[in-house]
Amino acid sequence: MSKQHITATVNGDEVEFLCDTRETLLDCLRDHAGIMGVKEGCGTGDCGACSVTLDGRLVCSCLVLGVEADGAEIGTVEGIAEGEKLHPLQRKFIEHAALQCGICTPGILVAAKNLLEKNPDPTETEIRYWLAGNLCRCTGYDKIVRAVMDAAAEMREAS
Amino acid sequence: MALDGQKTAYKYIGTTPDRPDGLDKVTGRARYGADISMPGMLHGAVLRSPHAHARIVKIDASKALALKGVKAVVTRADFPDGLDGEDWNLQENCMAGEKALYDGHAVAAVAATSPLIARDAVKLIEVDYEVLPHVTDVDAAMKDDAPVIREGAADFSVPEGLHPNVVRYFDSGRGDLDKGFAEADLIIERSYTTEAAHQGYIEPHACLGQMGEDGRGELWVCTQGHWFVRRMSTAVLGIETTNIRVTPSEIGGGFGGKTTVFIEPLSLALSRKTGGKPVKMVMSRNEVLRATGPTASASMDIKMGMTKDGKITAAHGTFRMQGGAFPGAPVDVTTMLAFANYDIENVHHIGYDVITNRPKQAAYRAPGAPMAAFATESTIDELCRELGLDPIDTRLKNAAREGTRATFGPKFGPIGLVETLEAAKTHPNYSAPLGPNQGRGVASGYWMNWGGETSASVAISEDGTVTVSIGTPDIGGSRASMALMAAEAFGIPYEDVRVNISDTGALGVNEPTHGSRATYASGLATIRSAEDCIGKLCKRAADKWGIDPEAVIWEDGCAKPSGPNAGEFPPMSLAEIAGEMGSTGGPISGHFEDSPAGFSGSFGTHVVDVEVDPETGRTTILRYLVVQDAGKAIHPAYVEGQFQGGAAQGIGWALNEEYIYGEDGRLQNPVFLDYRVPVASDLPMIDTVIVEVPNPGHPYGVRGVGETGITPPLPAVANAVREATGKRICNLPLRPSRVLAAIQGKG
Repeated sequence: MSKQHITATVNGDEVEFLCDTRETLLDCLRDHAGIMGVKEGCGTGDCGACSVTLDGRLVCSCLVLGVEADGAEIGTVEGIAEGEKLHPLQRKFIEHAALQCGICTPGILVAAKNLLEKNPDPTETEIRYWLAGNLCRCTGYDKIVRAVMDAAAEMREAS
Repeated sequence: MALDGQKTAYKYIGTTPDRPDGLDKVTGRARYGADISMPGMLHGAVLRSPHAHARIVKIDASKALALKGVKAVVTRADFPDGLDGEDWNLQENCMAGEKALYDGHAVAAVAATSPLIARDAVKLIEVDYEVLPHVTDVDAAMKDDAPVIREGAADFSVPEGLHPNVVRYFDSGRGDLDKGFAEADLIIERSYTTEAAHQGYIEPHACLGQMGEDGRGELWVCTQGHWFVRRMSTAVLGIETTNIRVTPSEIGGGFGGKTTVFIEPLSLALSRKTGGKPVKMVMSRNEVLRATGPTASASMDIKMGMTKDGKITAAHGTFRMQGGAFPGAPVDVTTMLAFANYDIENVHHIGYDVITNRPKQAAYRAPGAPMAAFATESTIDELCRELGLDPIDTRLKNAAREGTRATFGPKFGPIGLVETLEAAKTHPNYSAPLGPNQGRGVASGYWMNWGGETSASVAISEDGTVTVSIGTPDIGGSRASMALMAAEAFGIPYEDVRVNISDTGALGVNEPTHGSRATYASGLATIRSAEDCIGKLCKRAADKWGIDPEAVIWEDGCAKPSGPNAGEFPPMSLAEIAGEMGSTGGPISGHFEDSPAGFSGSFGTHVVDVEVDPETGRTTILRYLVVQDAGKAIHPAYVEGQFQGGAAQGIGWALNEEYIYGEDGRLQNPVFLDYRVPVASDLPMIDTVIVEVPNPGHPYGVRGVGETGITPPLPAVANAVREATGKRICNLPLRPSRVLAAIQGKG
């Protein structure tokens, strides 16, 4: 089967790869672009470990075909920090012990950042519903929700 | 010089510094099982049985092998004969032999140049099955007419006359049950069931194996215990244990489920067959749910007697558990812990380990304890309700405490059940007002914890830092705890400690991160290794000062003369001694090897408030409180994390999670959409109280905290639903349809 040539922007950098039409964006990011912060937990869009932004929209990259990403702007956990400077969410996740095993963390950070861009002052309930597509089996979500609230507060103060 | 006795004042222990691996994990750099690749690597895939029980008549892989890019196919014929006991069970589970024993059982595996080709090749393998009758339910599997999963699987413990599917039998107790029940003012008997729940780690099993024609090789794998992986994988392959070096990746959750092997021996077998090319294997979620170990399901009968003033006079429990197609349902632990919270004179437990056509169960957080807790703590709740007694006061009246002879035999040392009950009673959650359709549930739980084979090293580095090497993978922040304990032992800043998880080539045998042992056992090993170093550091200072090493003490990170008689010398810091150690006798390191037996169990008490929607039967968790004894909390934020995570998993098991098998014996919900673990919007904040009753068997008093937290939620939630609805539901999960049926009188 012939492969498709895909050009996309990942975290601001142009990325090219050849993609089988059956491969998902998740497969392509990991296997063809070396973006390993995107994780596969289920492959069916239920766990959110593979969350990325596709032209600003939060998606499960396991539910997007690689060929659909041609010409798109993709954001992953690797693009959240600005150079050496961690995003407030990243700092607050460490500070609040909001991760245990850490496998869900990249997806949750991408999702939470996307939330705060749309809603800088979310309530606890809004955070819980926004993150309902991101499974975490370790923490019971308590410290994750606190970390997002704390990061949001800090970002509001800074802006 | 050594830190004799137990410390009580701490500089670093009990603080909450950032974890050493935090940065890697928030930037996507941390490398998990599926993130490791090698040049020339092939990709593996597994063909799995679609039948619950079937004889494998013939496997024809010729079409698969003819596909371009396919390099090897392995079946059971590629594995040695002659294994026995658990080694045979492991081999049979990793790759089916004469029969496929459950839906999802591996039948063949392929290695190819890409994951897509490997998956295509699997579809080209032709298998002739002779489908056999199956059974997936524990009670059905014990009936006379149940299909026999395997003749001869039962061990010596099983009395004559039981079905061959009963493979182990347990019977223990003490006292006089008739006398005990005669003393009771109220006797309640109930039957309960719990369904199989999966550990639900978000990272599927993944490994990269490489093995040459000489049977030597390497394995990179996400696991809770790489020495277990080494022993089990080599046993399945019939090669010497040390032929394989195993390196653990970061691990994306385990909860007991990553203490065994599934695909690891397959990747090695495929690699050998391709002449030593590395073979990466990554499970799909479907494979994880169908073919790795959930916990056992249980069917239980409980009879308990109580006096009017709340004293438990007698307890009897019968526990039937299925753990899939192999012996191993944790019914031994279930019987041990069923009534262990309480001081009961007359007690009797009977346990049946039953095999069925389901995947081989694996350990899941406090294996066997939550099911028993559901049955016994629900019964106690019912006794309290009927007698008009407060559930916490009643538990306090019966609580095991130091000196109590446990229902499973030994006398308890210092334990913290009473303290958790007292703290729960005074917590504001216990007196928060409740509205209509709301109810409060209380339950306690216990896990006995574990020590296990442990080997560690601590090396002094020339820059004045110390490097701790341990063999228990860090699954929830334990590197931070090790660094804190090393900092405390040496009296140096937390930031000056590095912690490595070593591979199997670098340390002696270590059991996995299981049994809530890592912070206890690897922590103890870290402290003892540090003390070993400190002795050597003191000797270097003594040599320099020309005094007796016995006249040197270690204090605040420095060697000092023990007193004026020892001489007048300024303190020598660890960094000073380290900086010149190359010229004062060479490297300094300390070691520890033991199977520490001073572990001590952790009790917890949970209080939960729920609201049940009378129109839909949906249960909402309003408030949740976890009170648990940590002995000493090394890094309190990660201790709280264990409490909260255990509670969340228990809530899932209580409300939604279950393995659902169809009439065809196939798993109906092998996907996270239908195997419904709690999401953020299902839960409130989870309040925690850390009780600290120090464990005398650890230098700083640590008790394992990982497992206890999943034990009380099952009964606590059920007891709260009982109060909210007036209905006692004895079958988990409390899914909306079941609760609604009970409310409407159809349950």
